[in-house]
Amino acid sequence: MDTFIQQAINGLVLGSMYSLIALGYTMVYGILNLINFAHGDVLTVGALTALSTILFLQAFFPGMPGWTLMLAGLLAAIPVCVTLSLVIERVAYRPLRNAPRLAPLITAIGVSIVIQTVAMLVWGRTYMTFPQLIPDLPLTFGEATITLTKMMVIGLSAAVMIGLMLLVNRTRLGRAMRATAENPRVAGLMGVNPNFVIAMTFAIGASLAALAGVMLAATYGVAHFYMGFLPGLKAFTAAVLGGIGNIPGAMLGGLLLGLIEALGAGYIGQLTGGVLGSHYQDIFAFLILVLVLIFRPSGLLGERVADRA
Amino acid sequence: MANVFPRFRNSPAAAFAATAVVAAVLILLPFLFGQLGNAWVRALAFALLYVMLALGLNIVVGFAGLLDLGYIAFYAVGAYMYALLASPHLTSNFAWLAQTFPNGLHNSIWFVIPFGAGLAAMFGILLGAPVLKLRGDYLAIVTLGFGEIMRILMNNLNAPVNITNGPQGITLIDPISIGGISLAKTQTLFGIQFPSVYLYYYLFLVLAIITIVVCIRLQDSRLGRAWMAIREDELAAKAMGINVRNVKLLAFSLGATFGGVAGAMFSAFQGFVSPESFTLNESIIVLAMVVLGGLGHIPGVVLGAVLLSLFPEVLRHTVAPLQMMLFGKVVIESEVLRMMLYGLAMVLIMLYRPKGLWPAPEHGINPSSRADAGKAQAA
Repeated sequence: MDTFIQQAINGLVLGSMYSLIALGYTMVYGILNLINFAHGDVLTVGALTALSTILFLQAFFPGMPGWTLMLAGLLAAIPVCVTLSLVIERVAYRPLRNAPRLAPLITAIGVSIVIQTVAMLVWGRTYMTFPQLIPDLPLTFGEATITLTKMMVIGLSAAVMIGLMLLVNRTRLGRAMRATAENPRVAGLMGVNPNFVIAMTFAIGASLAALAGVMLAATYGVAHFYMGFLPGLKAFTAAVLGGIGNIPGAMLGGLLLGLIEALGAGYIGQLTGGVLGSHYQDIFAFLILVLVLIFRPSGLLGERVADRA
Repeated sequence: MANVFPRFRNSPAAAFAATAVVAAVLILLPFLFGQLGNAWVRALAFALLYVMLALGLNIVVGFAGLLDLGYIAFYAVGAYMYALLASPHLTSNFAWLAQTFPNGLHNSIWFVIPFGAGLAAMFGILLGAPVLKLRGDYLAIVTLGFGEIMRILMNNLNAPVNITNGPQGITLIDPISIGGISLAKTQTLFGIQFPSVYLYYYLFLVLAIITIVVCIRLQDSRLGRAWMAIREDELAAKAMGINVRNVKLLAFSLGATFGGVAGAMFSAFQGFVSPESFTLNESIIVLAMVVLGGLGHIPGVVLGAVLLSLFPEVLRHTVAPLQMMLFGKVVIESEVLRMMLYGLAMVLIMLYRPKGLWPAPEHGINPSSRADAGKAQAA
């Protein structure tokens, strides 16, 4: 039982981060029908920018308290990610908006590779330790523990997601976003500037990715140039699981995927009598993806839409 | 032959002469590159393997319009198949196999090539079947996931039963021998010495040419036209009576076939396989070859494969010395620079030359009829 609680907590932490990343995918997909492969790499850049900022501040102002450092890192990461994402959208995606579907997908992969290599050049190819800025203060339930960082990850993600729901459902920009997702041309006729809305969507997605990147680095204590790619793919899986294009779906899908991965990794050894170990953790996401696509391609919360092909 | 040189369609003699010249150049090429060292001949042999891979992927991406980001998995299937069937790895791990085959496992190329092709085709169908109904962009992610699953399996199938030997990979793989002639040793024919890499080059050349011919025949077949129809408009193709499901499955399995054969050849050539050779980056490199050369256009894809597989060799010999000269140290490693340039190339090609460096001629317009139309208008 204690393993169960512990793995459930780990799953929630992982899942909240997946949710944040999945939101970026799902919003872009909802509007442009584009898988933004570079999203995971934007996350990498966010985490590494935050790390550099924190190390810089630590070197010059040694007495700064941990949480201000963390905040400063985050405040540096968000604008960098937003700018990067806007540049990518402008340069690589916007000119191809009416091109055949394969074209933007291929540029997206190209952009992802370029960001990875540039990140490798700037930050090197070694694993860097992300300093522990927030004291552990573990809370224990029986044998299971949860650290303050992990609690913050869950709390902050929940707050951000509620904020996003309010933004999408209650504000003018949110209405414009929903209208553009429904039909960009008609939205344009109604006085919405689709280019602005799309840029805003990328910007929001990028700030969520920056947040997730800092959380990921802070939770696991490491950062490197490739850290965002796999979580990015898994978050896409989460978005598909929840129903792509659907914002609550992305949140639910992320949490579920996190729980499945953590519990799966915790129990696979017992279930298979030690035949399969926890290093198969990465397989779950892809298996879920294939299963969802076969049995319920519209996802858990998505409505069945006709193929627009 | 007229298919290979459409320009000489009307004069068989010219087509024959062109073929003879190309053949002579291809046969003499290793001796030419050999002057620079055997590493270059090796690079040429690899270029031919990549031609096979890129043409295989071109069937899926270029002809049928299905983006496959896990193509390297089929290469891996072929490579591991040969590695397991022609190395002491299995017999040293399973006693009963050692008893059944007291001389160890060795297999002839005449068995390996069809078996590799068949096995890879089966994996192609396995991958294709669940994703048939999906829209193109989901396919990219699923195939990517498939490639990753294969890599994770290769990395971890050393326990509880040691099948792939995990990250260490499988060593001591038999070289290929044809009719008792081992390609691993220098052979002498008519007083000319052929080192091992030259022999592999010729073997791969034959296989690459077979691949090209098969691809051209496929492209011009009923099946090829069906692929292009579903690429252009799936719904319309369906309405025209094309069985979209079967045609897509055929694209996956036939594309995979070439990957499987190339993989088997790769593992015999290297004598060693490990999961490191089959990462996502490799899939992307093969995709870059197809995209750069010209999606769906066979000569373009061959050009892309040759350019992009010789390019790293050129970079290796220029980038490091150049940087040593300019900055006094190596700032950017050639491997890193190569990936960055590939990424940039994919973006730029899609933005400015979406049909590739050597694009396919447009449908229904062949150059001679266009010239005729021009004359008719002038008159």
